[in-house]
Amino acid sequence: MTNGGWITMILSVGFVTTLFLFCIIRVLRGPGRNTEHELGHIEPIVKDKINER
Amino acid sequence: MIAYFISLLLIGIPICWVEWTIGRHGGQNNFHSTSGIFDFILNKPWGKYLGVIGFIVPVCIYMYYVYIEAWCLGYAVNSIAGNLNGHNVNFQEFFGTFTGASADGVDLKFGLTEVGIFVIIVYFLNFFFIYRGISKGIELVCKYAMPALIVIALIILVRVMTLGAPHPDKPDQNIMTGLGYLWNPSAVAVLDAVSGVEVARYPDAAAIPANYQGEAYTEKKLDLFLSLMNPQLWLAAAGQIFFSLSIGFGVIITYSSYLRKNDDVVLSGLTASATNEFCEVGLGGLITVPAAFMFLGAAGIVGQGTFGLGFNVLPEVFNHMPGGQIFASIFFLLLFLAAITSSLSMLQPGIAFLEEGFNISRKQSVALLGFVTGIGTFFIWYFSKDLKALDTIDFWVGTVMLFIQATILVIIFGWGIGIKKGWELAHEGAEMRIPDVFKVIIKYVTPAFLLTIFGMFLLQNVFGWNYSFSDAQFNPTGYVRDLIGSEDSPPNLVSRLSVAWIIIMTIFSLILVNRAGKNWTKRKQTQTKEASL
Repeated sequence: MTNGGWITMILSVGFVTTLFLFCIIRVLRGPGRNTEHELGHIEPIVKDKINER
Repeated sequence: MIAYFISLLLIGIPICWVEWTIGRHGGQNNFHSTSGIFDFILNKPWGKYLGVIGFIVPVCIYMYYVYIEAWCLGYAVNSIAGNLNGHNVNFQEFFGTFTGASADGVDLKFGLTEVGIFVIIVYFLNFFFIYRGISKGIELVCKYAMPALIVIALIILVRVMTLGAPHPDKPDQNIMTGLGYLWNPSAVAVLDAVSGVEVARYPDAAAIPANYQGEAYTEKKLDLFLSLMNPQLWLAAAGQIFFSLSIGFGVIITYSSYLRKNDDVVLSGLTASATNEFCEVGLGGLITVPAAFMFLGAAGIVGQGTFGLGFNVLPEVFNHMPGGQIFASIFFLLLFLAAITSSLSMLQPGIAFLEEGFNISRKQSVALLGFVTGIGTFFIWYFSKDLKALDTIDFWVGTVMLFIQATILVIIFGWGIGIKKGWELAHEGAEMRIPDVFKVIIKYVTPAFLLTIFGMFLLQNVFGWNYSFSDAQFNPTGYVRDLIGSEDSPPNLVSRLSVAWIIIMTIFSLILVNRAGKNWTKRKQTQTKEASL
């Protein structure tokens, strides 16, 4: 691999990794981390309420 | 990579934000299907028809996606059974037999080394989970399975990086040349003088060995500047971004419609894009292409699509690592879990549309979808030779229709809702702000870029233009030749049947949208009356 190849690889992989870590940290530290993620209104799991949304 | 990242910034991330925002806006007004949301936003009689692709695409893609999902499960089980281990395994042959790519109808068998039994299992698993609910099933599994998949990918990455030169008789095919093949900004390709197919690639002409010099070979300089001037590079980069992020699928818009008003769609959209890019560039890019180069060489990579890399090359890598059988089993099992979460998500837009359009129960909408997709999956399963049915539907639905849908989405956001109001909707509950430059990008640049790319895509992949004005030639590509035939070969019956199936699905969907639209109009009239009282 040439020097240009190393530079391209480090910049590209570095960029996507940094962006990914930045987002994950923001998600985990943000105010939404304690939100109750109920999905009952999308896919009801109680048999009696199977047709409710 | 320059073209790739520019496409990410101009197409990928902006459309993600657009789709999340439009979906949540629709959901706040009790619309969860693409047609319903477009009907509400545009408030025009034709608005709902623009969303028909949001129903067709996930339903049609589901039909062949479960078939591919069955491969993942089958490969996991065969890895556990030891059928994918040992140096005598011919992975290309196994793939051909297992998937039925060798002949039509051969995989309507139910042995361990045929896909049949796995299609049945996967199909019923999907409908079981979508009917019973996934929040405490698949979601819980995913919470652990997806990080585990990334950990396994990191382990495989380490193994690929330490493979050295797996073929002792081909020392040129090593990890450094494999990485160079993918990342070197300039190189010299050695082409077969007769076929024009690339057989090897080197950093410069001086590195080309004597056995690749002579009349049998020609050299082609691959330069960064020249590459950036090549429209096909931009087309490939934009296409890759476009399809890997699943923009215009109809899935994100439906799922985001269930978000609350104060949920952060800006961060969610960016995180979804970033996670995909990390897995694609940071993991997939460093694993599959260098590994394929090491095992197959430059000539072997040509023509290897996603399936070839995933189901032929990766088993080779597992075969060359300690504990490969265990890693292969875990990897394909996790891949299956990742796939089942995707296929489940593809059913929800259809269910949402049928429920809100016709006021039918979840049970009825699941049954109707199960019947329609069952016919499609059986069609793809039976006509498996060369994966022709799968490939044809993937091209016309999973590629062409996605372009159209994404373009419609971004135009509705920038011009239908209006960029000012759209910006306010996007930032409701958002912790971070989208840079203002994206206002101009979303309103002007993204639609223009998408339309240009789509035009180029049609010219290249449908009409087969050679991108020359002075000596323009149009040689329709295989997808068109399969339909209309050519001097050398008659039309392909399976391709024609596949397109006929897409047309039937489209007409069926348009009729459904028309009927649903009448119900939505009544609903709006009732709401207006209630509001006036």
